[in-house]
Amino acid sequence: MELFPQQASSFAPHVDALYGFLIAVTAFFSLLIGTLVVSFAIRYRRRSPGEIPPVVHESGLLELVWTVIPLGLVLIMFFWGAAVYFRITRPPTGAIEIYVTGKQWMWKIQHGDGHREMNELHVPVGQPVRLTMASEDVIHSFFVPAFRFKRDVVPGRFSIAWFEATKPGRYHLFCAEYCGTRHSGMIGWVYAMKPADYQAWLSGGAAGESLAAAGAKRFQEQACNTCHAEQAGARGPSLVGLFGKTVHLQGGQTVVADEAYLRESITNPQARLVEGYPPIMPTFQGLISEEGLLQLIAYIKSLSPSPAAGAAPPAPSTERKPAKP
Amino acid sequence: MSTPAVIDTQSPPARRVHYLNARYGVASWLLTVDHKRIAILYLIGVTFFFAIGGIYAALIRLELLTPPGDVFLSETYNKLFTGHGVMMVFFFMIPGIPGVLGNFLIPLMIGAKDVAFPRLNLLSWYLFLIGGLTALWAVVHGGVDTGWTFYTPYSTVYSNGWVVVTAVGIFIAGFSSILTGLNFLVTLHTMRAPGMTWMRMPLFCWGMYATAIIQILGTPVVAITLLLVAAERLFHLGIFDPAQGGDPVLFQHLFWFYSHPAVYIMVLPAMAVISELVTAFSRKPIFGYRFIAASSVAIAVLSFLVWGHHMFVSGQSVYAGLVFSILSFMVAIPSAIKVFNWTATLYKGSVSYQTPLLYALGFIGLFTFGGLTGLMLATLGLDIHVTDTYFIVAHFHYIMVGGTIMGYLGGLHYWWPKISGKLYPEYWSRVSAWVIFIGFNLTFFPQFILGYLGMPRRYHAYPAEFQVLNVMSTAGASILGIGYLIPLVYFFWSMRYGKDASDNPWGATGLEWQTPSPPPTENFPVTPQVTGKPYDYLTAQEEVAVG
Repeated sequence: MELFPQQASSFAPHVDALYGFLIAVTAFFSLLIGTLVVSFAIRYRRRSPGEIPPVVHESGLLELVWTVIPLGLVLIMFFWGAAVYFRITRPPTGAIEIYVTGKQWMWKIQHGDGHREMNELHVPVGQPVRLTMASEDVIHSFFVPAFRFKRDVVPGRFSIAWFEATKPGRYHLFCAEYCGTRHSGMIGWVYAMKPADYQAWLSGGAAGESLAAAGAKRFQEQACNTCHAEQAGARGPSLVGLFGKTVHLQGGQTVVADEAYLRESITNPQARLVEGYPPIMPTFQGLISEEGLLQLIAYIKSLSPSPAAGAAPPAPSTERKPAKP
Repeated sequence: MSTPAVIDTQSPPARRVHYLNARYGVASWLLTVDHKRIAILYLIGVTFFFAIGGIYAALIRLELLTPPGDVFLSETYNKLFTGHGVMMVFFFMIPGIPGVLGNFLIPLMIGAKDVAFPRLNLLSWYLFLIGGLTALWAVVHGGVDTGWTFYTPYSTVYSNGWVVVTAVGIFIAGFSSILTGLNFLVTLHTMRAPGMTWMRMPLFCWGMYATAIIQILGTPVVAITLLLVAAERLFHLGIFDPAQGGDPVLFQHLFWFYSHPAVYIMVLPAMAVISELVTAFSRKPIFGYRFIAASSVAIAVLSFLVWGHHMFVSGQSVYAGLVFSILSFMVAIPSAIKVFNWTATLYKGSVSYQTPLLYALGFIGLFTFGGLTGLMLATLGLDIHVTDTYFIVAHFHYIMVGGTIMGYLGGLHYWWPKISGKLYPEYWSRVSAWVIFIGFNLTFFPQFILGYLGMPRRYHAYPAEFQVLNVMSTAGASILGIGYLIPLVYFFWSMRYGKDASDNPWGATGLEWQTPSPPPTENFPVTPQVTGKPYDYLTAQEEVAVG
């Protein structure tokens, strides 16, 4: 019987080392307390019914010792745990972009080149993978135990997360946040493949149009292009080169045009208006599916000539380039 | 109440008037304002809801014996774990120790005739019962499949269950909790006997005081939250539903702002019981009285500042995660102080292995282990992997079952002679303590391993490689179930056939042991005068020798 899951991601050794330390602390104190309690109970067992033991005087020093030692230990846990947390929550640049949609009770995966998968995710080993995840209904949670990776997928926002598989194999994908009747059926497999195998997988099967191309089509269908046009005097700001740039808002604030901001600008355009543009854009809340939103985002990202559309924004732009109606 | 019965402890016990036989008839119980009788009403109530929750647990473990979902439908399974959580958390754990032991003991321990507001106390019980029966009706007849956590937008938009009725039940019972907390707080402030200063108060009272603070300050928040859930379900308000611009994570903040402190409503009273048991069965003043008392209050205060540790993977800000992580670690310090002081109390004591002590030692071991595994959940990088898995399930059952129920049963065994005036069979009670300890560990220890392996919680069906550990867990649950049935049998048995208990069968200090068993309705024939610190066995011995 196995006691630990496989280590198949770059996070896994870090999380397991932390776990090992905490197991050691837990075992030490459990045994310490257990041994003391049992040995005191035996050593000082009542020998006659009327026995009254001597008074043991309290010790401020002892109280201090067993306050300070646990405090020191938990501070080690805190800083170590925080270091691992930062590693897990900060996506690197240059990652492969994959888009995930959770709905009752399935995982829909869209790759940048147009490959679509259902309850399966193929990734190469040795390369970071950045997931942009959305939910069509309730909260789900994307959980791959072998990667020590979990992230809630909350409706109404994008969840951005990343991992890097290190060992080829087939690993469980679970939904970890209770999501209704067939919650335990919202499972699948992650296939971590050697880069050559991954390339072979990508080239096999009908990829269809790329995600950005699908997004471009939606951009036309929803008539976004009538306002967000590439010409002087357009009613909406141009989206070319927008992704990752700093946007100047009405009221003097600024925001980096990341996935969350783009999403908000589509579903709730009046929330943060670009300086110099009137509040004329209607909301597309409920008119575009989560998958469609992800395609639009992929399209807008493709308009930015960055080497890879990672989370780390390119050098902050100081030019006042309008970006949004 | 106002008729001062003359208590003559010298006469034969056959016709001694006490709170149990002072009046007869159903009305004398249902309309009583005697805190001791109300405690008995709570005992009946929480035992009933515990039995319901236990049946749910048995059905859950039955389903999980095999990997596929083959005993119940998924819909049914989801209703089972919801019913288990709702019944156990809101109608057994939270009202349990305060309702039964707190009600019975606080006035006795501080030398008062009753709580500050006896009628309010009875109202508390009715609210608890009405709330509990409402929720029971909802989860049994209608069925609710949201889990006891009611996460939105599932609970407000997608679930077909009787969410609103369940919420109403919990809402009503919440007022019971608030009123009980208020009653205890006022009682402890205003009704202590002459000489009973704060630093002479038994630690049980300190624990109940800390609990009362959380009950009063935390419960209104969950009440508001549940109202918002009901309002969104009924009127589609768009508070939590993102399709209407709501924020589903807002619900988690509001819910855990109460429900994490609620964990301490459940465990602080158990800690309070353990402080009493450890001193009584080692016949020594408790080691570090002031530190244990202060740690109860520290836990109560810190409990309000840690709710965000339930949301480390929900997408809350990384920096919020850091703050909640360090604050969660801080709760470990007062908890550790308690454990070390209990252990030190045994040192050079006169330790008697009677049943209540077995439960207390079991509590110390299981709570220590449960608390230490809690550190793993406060550790940010580790929590990502284990949250929402069986690791969490194992952790909180170590605290709630290994902690709270062990403390509750230990307390019930310790004070049963006072409550009932009868002795239970010592042999069987020791057997049950061991059976519960073994069954508990076999049930929940494998779940830590399952969780780290990655088995998510609330799964109706699971991959085949998790079966061995699940079989162990189900086997343990069967043993645990038997362990809980044994005390039920002998407590009933003792009421009819048990030997009469003396006033102070354990030779313990404390005012509750200086009045007859069972106590008279007005508790003390003469208001006691307190002259010294609690747990002063040496002086108590001298007084006996002199007297």
